Amino acid sequence: MTTQTTAPDNTGAPAADDTSGLIGIPPRVGRALATGGGVLTVVSTFLAWTWTAEFPGDLTVYGYPGGLQVLVLVAGALTALFGLASYDVKGLRWLVPAGADAALRVAALAAFATAWYTVVAISAQLGGVVNLEPGGYVAAAATLIALLGSLALPVQRPEPDPFDPDDTGWEQFKHTSSHNWQVVKAAFASGTPRPLRALPSYAEILVIVAVLAVGLFVFTYGIGTEYDELFVGFLITAGLGFAALNKSGLIAQVSEITARHQNITVCGAFVAAACFPFTQSDDQYATIGVYILIFATVALGLNIVVGLAGLLDLGYVAFLGVGAYAASMVSGSPSSPFDLHLPFWGAVLVGAAASLIFGVLIGAPTLRLRGDYLAIVTLGFGEIFRITANNLDGTSGPDVTNGSNGISSIPDLSILGFDMGLPHDIGGFTIGRFANYFFLMLVITAVVVLVFRRSGDSRIGRAWVAIREDETAALAMGINGFRVKLIAFAVGASLAGLAGTVQAHVTYTVTPEQYLFAGTTPPNSAFLLAAVVLGGMGTIAGPLIGASLLFLIPNKLQFLDDYQLFAFGLALVLLMRFRPEGLIANRRRKLEFHEEAEAPTTLSKTGA
Amino acid sequence: MTALLEVEDLRVAYGKIEAVKGISFTVDAGEVVTLIGTNGAGKTTTLRTLSGLLKPVGGQIRFRGKSLKKTPAHQIVSLGLAHSPEGRHIFPRMTIEDNLRLGAFLRSDRPGIEKDIQRAYDLFPILGERRKQAAGTLSGGEQQMLAMGRALMSQPKLLMLDEPSMGLSPIMMQKIMATIAELKSQGTTILLVEQNAQAALSLADQGHVMETGNIVLSGSGQTLLHDESVRKAYLGED
Repeated sequence: MTTQTTAPDNTGAPAADDTSGLIGIPPRVGRALATGGGVLTVVSTFLAWTWTAEFPGDLTVYGYPGGLQVLVLVAGALTALFGLASYDVKGLRWLVPAGADAALRVAALAAFATAWYTVVAISAQLGGVVNLEPGGYVAAAATLIALLGSLALPVQRPEPDPFDPDDTGWEQFKHTSSHNWQVVKAAFASGTPRPLRALPSYAEILVIVAVLAVGLFVFTYGIGTEYDELFVGFLITAGLGFAALNKSGLIAQVSEITARHQNITVCGAFVAAACFPFTQSDDQYATIGVYILIFATVALGLNIVVGLAGLLDLGYVAFLGVGAYAASMVSGSPSSPFDLHLPFWGAVLVGAAASLIFGVLIGAPTLRLRGDYLAIVTLGFGEIFRITANNLDGTSGPDVTNGSNGISSIPDLSILGFDMGLPHDIGGFTIGRFANYFFLMLVITAVVVLVFRRSGDSRIGRAWVAIREDETAALAMGINGFRVKLIAFAVGASLAGLAGTVQAHVTYTVTPEQYLFAGTTPPNSAFLLAAVVLGGMGTIAGPLIGASLLFLIPNKLQFLDDYQLFAFGLALVLLMRFRPEGLIANRRRKLEFHEEAEAPTTLSKTGA
Repeated sequence: MTALLEVEDLRVAYGKIEAVKGISFTVDAGEVVTLIGTNGAGKTTTLRTLSGLLKPVGGQIRFRGKSLKKTPAHQIVSLGLAHSPEGRHIFPRMTIEDNLRLGAFLRSDRPGIEKDIQRAYDLFPILGERRKQAAGTLSGGEQQMLAMGRALMSQPKLLMLDEPSMGLSPIMMQKIMATIAELKSQGTTILLVEQNAQAALSLADQGHVMETGNIVLSGSGQTLLHDESVRKAYLGED
């Protein structure tokens, strides 16, 4: 009789309240394994992983971690902390306001991915696993244990849809796999974070300072990575580590705090950025810093046009070029047709004004077009600018731009007697040429951020958003669509021109080939647009982060070479599939792309 | 006294196809005038032309004695002609309050705007309850209320409503019509375009029946409501 009662259970669907883990280890053991694995991972980074210093970073030392081991250490520590927090250890609860399990899974994945990447890289580069010292095996085993343990943690499984018995095998397979996918998604989904306990405002500001300090450290570390392996490891650890913190709910709480103190956060971010040159011993990485800032500032300018006003501009880099050319012509360069040497302020005004005029000239006829047509026309204008600059060389046309040789030997700027070309000693730190320009560019970035914030919150900003959302309705509200769009175009153009004036001096030379539609070196129109879309349209932090990533990745991963654009395209497609609102989501955009998540909670009783 | 709005021999075309073939009517201050007719009769085209979204090919539009033929859309709003477009056209991802504020885009008197927002909430309490909610989360009828409230925010001399009852349940439609009646009793001048002839005509002082770009019948709301041919064609009676 007993066999009869149990028989249906084997064929039926699993019970509705199934919370078993993804793999068949008892949850309690799994939790212990995950936490212990995390601790062991931390320990393993103090051991030697390989016997020869031939692998970059010198992982041969017992006693302290080096190179990639540091990254594994961070990920392992994160795993251990989340593991302990999942035991409800007093004093660690603040780490996991949205529940520990999902965060623990992602952290374990981060440790696993980084450690195994390292171990595989060592074996592949030195020729075989014999090159691993015991420490390497310990690390690999510890992270695997932690990952398996975390996967055994209980998961609130979604209820499976009932099967249609008439389904074919293929349909059943599709059905099962979609259910499995739902289960995996549930395993990595985090709960809603508990509401933030009210902190005194000085504590909140301390939190912001700490977060900015960590941000500066992570960024400086990323820029300073000296070899490909370390940068790849950095991307893995930073990406998955950030995801783990996001799952734990900490990121949500921090953004709540920063939203409450917006001005302090913005000022603090600039102070943190200004600290960057002081963390460097030479000018090598300040170069990268200043190029990132130029790229990011132009991307932020484009964000006004694309993100706020919704105008797809595919030739935006031309405005950077106009600003750069205008500034270089009044810089006193020997190849400039004008024998003029304006001071910096004059050059900035000329550069911005020239871009503004070009913006209005190009915008006035094209902004009457909508959607795709505008994109095509701006794409064309971007190319026209480059080809014209190439042809105004004295043979094909009048000599204005010196053709493909460009305007070269642009003298360094001198502001109030401060020669930007020479290194200066400030408080014991040597600030080199690129660091000087870094500070100057930071001021320009601040101006652009200010313009972005003020205009976004103003009447004109509301009009931009209205035009973007529904042009017909905006016109019916009495918004002069054409004028409002032209203002967006002109403001965006002049901000790009502003950045162009500095760019001309940083690079010494301005040539037409710096302003392509697409190329492997940013800034170009395609990368600028990608930085905006990848980072998050309509936000300030989004394009800055997007531009940093898009600059650093091709710059650091030299081995990608010819596959750079391929990898870039692939990454963009994946991002658009899984996070269409970009890395940093604007509140309104989030609504646009995830409408089901914000479905109406209450419907009117009389609703139609 | 001249009428608030005078339309004379108005002709509008989409390319070569004439959608409005020379219509004339007037709207006096304080009146509710309705244009009724079937799909494709040219009602919406007429409204869109009056608000400057389309340009006429011929005829004359005078609003408060001024010709509107060459005035761009945004200036027409500032003259006091508000248009609540067909299909509502609210900004779905903005909050209800931001939608209303955009309706007052051309105004700069802050206290007056705040007062009028409150007035919209008094007129449509449901909007007040949800002022911080994204407008797209409202039901169809509530969105129509928002569209009307938003059009009122520009303090119009003449409010043009394009099919406010479109796609609404009978109860919601009654509510919208009751609101129009209330606005009328407050002295708002309204030009109402409707397919629901019964409801529109019972509210209206004047009615015009449009058919394929022409006005084929005009009269007071009550006259048309009892007119034999109108009853046959639009009120579903044999």
